[in-house]
Amino acid sequence: MISNQAPDGPAGTVTTGAGGAVLARGGGLAARVRDMNIGVLREVALLPVLVLLIVIGAVVSPVFLTVTNIAGIGQQISALGVVVVGESLILMIGGMDLSLESTFGLAPMVAAWLILPVSAFGSGAQISPYLGLLVLLAVGAAIGLINGVLIVKGRLNGFIVTLGMTIVLAGLQNGIVKAQTLFNLPKAFGYLGSAYFGQVPVSFVVTAIIFALVGLFLRYHRTGRAIYAVGGNPAAARAAGIKVERIKIGVYVAGSMLAALGGLMEAGRVSAVTGQQGYGEGIIFSVFAAAVIGGVSLRGGRGNMIGAASGVILLGFVQNILDLANVSSYWIEAIDGAVILFALFMARIVGGESTAEEK
Amino acid sequence: MTSGRPALVDMTGIDKRFGSTVALSSVDLSISAGQCLGLVGRNGAGKSTIVSILSGLEAPDAGTVRFDGQPAPRVGDVGRWREWIATVFQHSMVVPGLTVAENVFLGGTERFVSWREMRARTRDVMRDWGYDIRAEALCRDLTVEQLQIVEIARALARGARCVLLDEPTAALEREAVRRLFARVRQLTSGGVAVLYISHHLEEVFEICDDVSVLKDGELVLTAPVAGLRKEDLIAAMVGSGTGVTKTTASTNGGPADRRANGHAEPVLSVENLTATSARGRLAGVSLQVGPGEIVGVTGLLSAGVATMGRAIAGAEGHDGGQIRLHGKVIPAGRRAAAQHAGIGYIPEDRRAEGFVAHLGVAENATMTITDKLADRLGLLRPARRAAAAAPVTAALSLVSSGPGQPVSELSGGNQQKVTVARTLAHDPGLIVAITPTRGVDVASKALLLDALAATARRRGAGVLLCTDELSDLVICDRVIVLVRGEVFTEFTDPPFDRDQLIVATEGLTSTASGSAEEAAQ
Repeated sequence: MISNQAPDGPAGTVTTGAGGAVLARGGGLAARVRDMNIGVLREVALLPVLVLLIVIGAVVSPVFLTVTNIAGIGQQISALGVVVVGESLILMIGGMDLSLESTFGLAPMVAAWLILPVSAFGSGAQISPYLGLLVLLAVGAAIGLINGVLIVKGRLNGFIVTLGMTIVLAGLQNGIVKAQTLFNLPKAFGYLGSAYFGQVPVSFVVTAIIFALVGLFLRYHRTGRAIYAVGGNPAAARAAGIKVERIKIGVYVAGSMLAALGGLMEAGRVSAVTGQQGYGEGIIFSVFAAAVIGGVSLRGGRGNMIGAASGVILLGFVQNILDLANVSSYWIEAIDGAVILFALFMARIVGGESTAEEK
Repeated sequence: MTSGRPALVDMTGIDKRFGSTVALSSVDLSISAGQCLGLVGRNGAGKSTIVSILSGLEAPDAGTVRFDGQPAPRVGDVGRWREWIATVFQHSMVVPGLTVAENVFLGGTERFVSWREMRARTRDVMRDWGYDIRAEALCRDLTVEQLQIVEIARALARGARCVLLDEPTAALEREAVRRLFARVRQLTSGGVAVLYISHHLEEVFEICDDVSVLKDGELVLTAPVAGLRKEDLIAAMVGSGTGVTKTTASTNGGPADRRANGHAEPVLSVENLTATSARGRLAGVSLQVGPGEIVGVTGLLSAGVATMGRAIAGAEGHDGGQIRLHGKVIPAGRRAAAQHAGIGYIPEDRRAEGFVAHLGVAENATMTITDKLADRLGLLRPARRAAAAAPVTAALSLVSSGPGQPVSELSGGNQQKVTVARTLAHDPGLIVAITPTRGVDVASKALLLDALAATARRRGAGVLLCTDELSDLVICDRVIVLVRGEVFTEFTDPPFDRDQLIVATEGLTSTASGSAEEAAQ
């Protein structure tokens, strides 16, 4: 029986008053409150840190809390955010993908190269920008499929496979355009990263929607639940009839497609695709930092989108405050890294045992 | 003792307790040079404790161990201990990535390594004893049999005069067993003392000079093999009189009634199944399970019982043969396909395969039926999940604080109920349960067995109960005994006699009461 009335069962969390009587529906209610508590606590683990950063930001610069600045942060973190969603999914199945940063650069590069004329260092194929968007997603899917098949079917080490892939893809990114930067992107291609709804960047809205949809998918969809099961205990998931390999490969594909989409946002934001985008900037560190600070376990099975999103926002705040405070560029990386370590520590304190690494 | 030779190994008055459990009680055991002494006993009789004490891994609470008349080295000083006695454990203690020579001298007491000398001495040992293994070979390239030789060579290279073989034939094929026996005879004729621990009584009769029988931590018999009958040995192992308990069949619905509809189409039909596995290989097993029928499968550790269960459930592949459920062939090694066809699976090790620890009770219990619970978009409402889990978990009296409680917080018995609930939830036509009551308290054990029996009776599901826990077999209509991956015999008439089952798992056909053959017919 599922009940908290059983003498040897763990006590429920809700009982009624001094009489000690347990409500008839006590078990269900207690469980619901308890579920909420655990969920809410874990998901807002970064809230105190975020509040602290907002206070510091406001003190450092009067500009920090202006609508323009916040919108700017929103646009800056959107591209990173989409990649973090992809990496979080991959971490949740117990995998890891370093090559997302290269996909972030290569996918928009290939698409822009096919769109632009030879005079702008394009291939001259001059395909429609809309077709280019499909190409972008297809490039992401193909990379994810290769990674997934090598890791899952070929049973190769995911760290090394994606490390090798990172370098191969970054080389392709530079190779196809001979290290040129592609400008003059068509409007449809740059729209996602550069347009605004009034004061609100389109990329921010899209990223927020992606976070929300993926969050709901993980919570309520059977495949989303299977992702948690596969990451938490692949052998048990397999024994329960879940197609573990299919789920894993699917997640690698989805993760790479999200990275490609993030790359599109970045290209639109800076109105160009450079050879540096992604791998050259080393964004994978920020991607992992945001996910892990947000409570996504590197060992799989744990994490959620609210946590991942707060990790992304935290990184955005830190970067913005350092910019506004005119911190010497010589020191900016050291401070950036220190803040990330501090945030990780805070998340561990607030999040409790569920965010701890195993002894 | 068979001769007046001085004892190389001499244990006197050994006592050992673990908490409140008495593992050994005043055990006297001695082995002399050139003697092969067999040590037999049921699981839990204290054999492993003797191995630990003789290997210098554990100290006895009372009593002394002497080697050739001298007190044994300090416990834990494995290096010095190994100069007297070396143990070849059941599971290989060879480092796969190192060469044979390195493994032979592994854990040696020399401060510096001379590669040249190490190889030379390894070659000497191999040549002296006629073993054909190169000192430079990598151990990961060797067969199980060759690895065992490396371990024996390791003992001999140290100059140990006593070798302890713990279940040495468990992973060997028949031919390899024959060659091992030749090596053991060679050792004893070279003056080495051998302690031979085995579950297989026929091996003891073949290779040992004398045999000692352990029962509940006491040495109940030590005698030359020559004048001994198998019946005497079994009687000593099982214990006569008080030790004999007859199992009683579950009373809900007589087995005879169910066998009456034995003409019905079988649920499961397995033909000539072969498989190789770390859990023991299968050498061509055929069996059938009818609707509502509970078939037990039992055998020794390496007999292939778990391998068979896993292969039928699709948790492990198989090399040959066919598995059919309601006449349809089940593909090899595809768990999801097997489950879809209607095969439920209660795995051997619940921590490894039974549940996802940090997910909730209801989610785990319904993990097999997310396709049925989800709506058209594939969405699962937690309330629906809880509602679906409730009847199954209630039927098993699963105690938790609520459907969302992580399974990691439950007791072992309740965790196992989650695993069983997960299986019952998808209403399988056949349930493969492997050691479903292991590590579970008595009350939960009865509940779990009742639940399996009830599923067979009420829903007409077939149940294949693979277990080495003989008391679990009370719910079975038939019991099949596997020996070395083959069907050895079948018991068709419950209640099953515990002693006869034990005798059969040892691969023997005659018993003290002489009734196993009757049962086998």
